[in-house]
Amino acid sequence: MAVIEVSDLRVSYGSKEAVSGLSFETDYGQIFIVLGPNGAGKSTTIETLEGFRSPSQGKVTILGLDPKKQQRELGKLIGVMLQGGGVNPRMTPSQALTLFAGYYDNPIDPAELERTLELEHVRKTPFRRLSGGEKQRLLLALAVIGRPKVVFLDEPTSGVDPAGRIAIRELIARLRAEGVAIILTTHELGEAEKLADKLLIISQGKKVAYGDLGEIKAQHSASQITFRSADEIDPKSFEEHLNVALKRPFGNELYVVEADGSPELIANLARYLADQGIGFSDLSTSSTSLEDIYLSITSKADA
Amino acid sequence: MKAYLAQAKSEIRLSLTQGESLLVTILIPVIFLLGFSAIKVLPVPKGIHSRVDFLVPGTMALAVMATGMVSQGIATAVDRTYGVLKRLGVTPLGKSGFLYAKITAILVVEVIQVAVLYIVGTLLGWHPQGNFAIFIVGALLATVAFSGIGLLLAGTLKSEAMIGISNAIYLILLFLGGMIFPTSSLPGLLATVAKVLPAQATSDIFFHALGAGGSIPSSDWTTLIVWAVVAPLLAAKFFRWES
Repeated sequence: MAVIEVSDLRVSYGSKEAVSGLSFETDYGQIFIVLGPNGAGKSTTIETLEGFRSPSQGKVTILGLDPKKQQRELGKLIGVMLQGGGVNPRMTPSQALTLFAGYYDNPIDPAELERTLELEHVRKTPFRRLSGGEKQRLLLALAVIGRPKVVFLDEPTSGVDPAGRIAIRELIARLRAEGVAIILTTHELGEAEKLADKLLIISQGKKVAYGDLGEIKAQHSASQITFRSADEIDPKSFEEHLNVALKRPFGNELYVVEADGSPELIANLARYLADQGIGFSDLSTSSTSLEDIYLSITSKADA
Repeated sequence: MKAYLAQAKSEIRLSLTQGESLLVTILIPVIFLLGFSAIKVLPVPKGIHSRVDFLVPGTMALAVMATGMVSQGIATAVDRTYGVLKRLGVTPLGKSGFLYAKITAILVVEVIQVAVLYIVGTLLGWHPQGNFAIFIVGALLATVAFSGIGLLLAGTLKSEAMIGISNAIYLILLFLGGMIFPTSSLPGLLATVAKVLPAQATSDIFFHALGAGGSIPSSDWTTLIVWAVVAPLLAAKFFRWES
């Protein structure tokens, strides 16, 4: 059984369906990232997994438990980082960590978390006076202090400076290595690309891409080989020899071949051009980034 | 149990270390007791031996009202507005654990309030007599009633609105509650309104239980019991854990 199993999840607010038939699963030691534009249904999906919302249809289990009906039992097993909130504004990091450590049977030492997440210098500062990044680091610390089996992180690096981001990413990597299932939402696609084992992209409440990063890239990417040449190249002859189409999108010296830049193809291409006596430069390959894929598939879904 | 104890300790610490909470729960009742004992500007009921015989039970009623309705009400509204209540729902504490911890904090603060007012009253020459068991029953009912009102407001209002509205209700109930001057001094209509409010019932029960003697009017018990039942029921119906 997977740690999280979601089958045909639908969640409605009145007559409006915010989530429409999502199915996915994730397992221990995986970073599962949920992406989507604002209003796509990400928060509703995550809050349903956390037990804050009831599905109008479908089934959700976390560690075999129903998150809505067994939220308190689940509270012992999961850690949750809500966006920007969840701590009394007068409480200091030290007080909040001690309080949360008191909820669990075998918590992480608060002092260790203060060190790991660089909160020692603000341990006596009230939450309301912390910077955005310090608040985020404290909320993350509170999410993991109970040694959860599953942790939900809502935009954990939002508003965090580069050094803080590194500390947060290192902690997330450590959790993954310890076998914790991590469900993370973010708007930062570069970060998603770095961290994700598995991705779910939602648009208008529907799943538009799902799988591991490699699978999604294979399904949606359009890798390219580009080079420059001042000579005229016959596209027909090129295609006959190399079995790939040649384009000259701007009518200038830039030629584009839409294909994976395998070493074999690149070697054949270079040999063909040399055999034809065609001079060329700037031969390079590029693969589509997650950001390109995300923008492409969400804009298609929104259209 | 571990989670409940951790939360109760935190709630008690927050209650006893926040300036405005201490002001409304302890300082104002003590200042009223000291001030109106010394400055004899307000009327007191006829036939009492000393002003403190009226002011000690009255300020104790004021203290109980302030803790359940104002101090803890505002604290709960702040917690709700800042997502604390939502976050606690996904900890081993749970929502019920949070409520038990809150009730514990209210009771601990009330014990401290009563002890402080008892000592100050004694220093002012108050000679407590009467039936403490009845006082405790009245105090528990009042706690339930005022905490119910506090939770009803906290569960439906934003923290900023809660501060203003709970303080306004506090002032109205202070004025109509027979806590620092008897409701018999109020004009006819206001005196009638005061009779159905929990503040007047609480101060009257405390006044009779702690020394004035005589039987407590059954209307006081009825009023307080109705508030102690209706306010928590309304709070349970309308309370929203998320802002």
